[in-house]
Amino acid sequence: MGLARIAAWATMFALCACAPASNETTLKLWAFGPEGEAVGKLLTEFERAHPGVRVEVQNMPLTAMHEKLLTAFAGDALPDLCQLGNTWIPEFAVLGALEPLQAYVDQSSIVRRDDYFAGIWDTNVVNGALYGVSWYVDTRLLFYRKDLLAAAGFDHAPRDWDEWRRAMAAIKKNQGADKYAIFLPLNEFEPLLNLAIQQNEPLLLDDGTRGNFESAGFRRALDFYVDAFRENWAPAMSNTQIANVWDEFGKGYFAFYITGPWNIGEFKRRLPARLQDSWNTAPLPGANGPGGGAAGGSSFAIFRASKNKRLAWELVEFLSQVKQQQRFYTLTGDLPARRSAWDFAELETDEFTHAFRAQLELVKPTPKVPEWERIATEMQFAAERIVRGGESTEAALRALDAKVDEEILAKRRTLLARGGQR
Amino acid sequence: MRSERAAWTFVAPALVVLGVFLVLPVCAALLLSFTDFDIYALANLDNLRFIGLANYVDVLRTPLFWKVLANTVWFVVLALPLSLALSLGAALLLNSPLARFKGLHRTALFAPVVTTVVAVAIIWRYLFHTRYGLINYALSHLGIGPIDWLGDPHWAMPALVLFAVWKNFGYNMIILLAGLQAIPQDLYEAARIDGASAWRRFWHITLPGLRPVLLLVAVITIAGYFQLFAEPYVMTRGDPLQSTVSVLYLMYEEGFKWWNLGRACAIAFLLFALILVITRVLLRFARAKDERA
Repeated sequence: MGLARIAAWATMFALCACAPASNETTLKLWAFGPEGEAVGKLLTEFERAHPGVRVEVQNMPLTAMHEKLLTAFAGDALPDLCQLGNTWIPEFAVLGALEPLQAYVDQSSIVRRDDYFAGIWDTNVVNGALYGVSWYVDTRLLFYRKDLLAAAGFDHAPRDWDEWRRAMAAIKKNQGADKYAIFLPLNEFEPLLNLAIQQNEPLLLDDGTRGNFESAGFRRALDFYVDAFRENWAPAMSNTQIANVWDEFGKGYFAFYITGPWNIGEFKRRLPARLQDSWNTAPLPGANGPGGGAAGGSSFAIFRASKNKRLAWELVEFLSQVKQQQRFYTLTGDLPARRSAWDFAELETDEFTHAFRAQLELVKPTPKVPEWERIATEMQFAAERIVRGGESTEAALRALDAKVDEEILAKRRTLLARGGQR
Repeated sequence: MRSERAAWTFVAPALVVLGVFLVLPVCAALLLSFTDFDIYALANLDNLRFIGLANYVDVLRTPLFWKVLANTVWFVVLALPLSLALSLGAALLLNSPLARFKGLHRTALFAPVVTTVVAVAIIWRYLFHTRYGLINYALSHLGIGPIDWLGDPHWAMPALVLFAVWKNFGYNMIILLAGLQAIPQDLYEAARIDGASAWRRFWHITLPGLRPVLLLVAVITIAGYFQLFAEPYVMTRGDPLQSTVSVLYLMYEEGFKWWNLGRACAIAFLLFALILVITRVLLRFARAKDERA
């Protein structure tokens, strides 16, 4: 092959490589977990409607996402938009990484605030500004064994704490010494948090700069939680010790479990056929009637550094369409954030999702400070010290408030006082 | 002169790589440890404050730091002798003239070292399971039990020790095996002719012959075990009651979970100083003994 031929080939390759890139816009979307796998299937339609636009989805494990986003922020390598866990929004809002979206929503005929569950929409609002649009929702509620409850003399799931207490006592009595009524993993803060967020008192005070864990409301939730262990209704275990939670639920090791919508699919798949009629979900009981819980799930967020914000917003609108929300439910089992998307045969015939629909009207956002997850972790350590370590509730709560005030929120307080970053 | 310049030229690429990827980050981390770098500082550098030694003072005043330091030391104290004894025992068996299928056994014993820690952690979690675990099943035949391995704050660390020792002993075994093979056979022959028992041959020939290798293995193992991280991370997440949180695990949480990078760097340098002091003392102790001998 002569030198000229090689040169010709090389030029051709170069042309081929460049040609498509010159008139194609690439929109980068980061997502995590099963959602990231499923979203690709929805995008063909979007790309067909937008010739010359290619959406590049990067999927990563949930556990790596947070770190990756922060590193990308520091290195100026953020994508155009991403799936953002809604408890992370305050943190990225503080960083100034997110594009405020209210102006986009004002002009949108698709994303309509009143169609979204109020508590879920609220998770996207930090200091009055909107930074995300909810994609799918999750909240923790009660998964229970109908048969074990019936055997203990109850024909419906408990609706308030008194009923719940009586049910747990009866189930424990029925099931004997080596089985339990409820599983509350001691290394998960969500069950206690969901009980605590039902209370009227806020978890943090003074614009999220001080802990409020010695309040009567938190005390009430904690006492209920700790009682379950004192009465021996719950085993003092972490989820690392249980090995297989679905299997244990099937064996009747416990009859109640507080968890989220992703477990509907898991229980359908993993429980034996003969048990499929023996379990259901129920709204999380509150002190007096259905209590609601924490508003979880993921939102779409557009990054301020993106050069294709308009296009990114169009993708957000596309994925927020009622039809796409419903398709997404079919693909992943993730529950839609819009009320009108629940008008859907598949959701209506699935009895396990009904309890979620009811509870979603009652959910509340967790405190919107970047330090929240750390505070929730400390809260759980305090509960664990009471249950496993025998510390008194008063001492544990005093230590918790002190830790939150003096260590975790001190810097936030200083910055707010000097009127800097919020 | 010319050859010196040529030598520098050859070494330069390696030096540059080391400088950029090792020296520079370490210096940056040291600087960071004197600041309160966190999420707010990442947002806006005006929120970064130079706070001198406050991170170090704070860390040293936190009861949790002393608790995790005690956890780590407890882990090293349990795991080091066990690990060395097991490695040495396995190496002696493999080196024995009576051993058959040496290659196969060596591979089998080395296998845990190259397995993925996450995968084997799942298996070990089952082994340690309070009700279905094989370990408690075996203990029940001896009339012991059931031990709540991963749920009892007193047992969780010993459980991690068993896991870590099983995972790591193969590596030291290979080094010790090489050391054993370097001991001249005629010493053993001479001893046997003099009528020395197997035990005395071990005590007077094998152990002194292995001394330098054992010292090396001990230093590496101590340095490694003080950096305990993967085992609690995959097995217990620090549970129960933070009894399996190690110094490095605490650093990871401060730095990569809560993004308090200043504090995390301070913890890292405290751990570095600790490991440095301990290994220096160990080496000094060994050298002093050498000089007396």
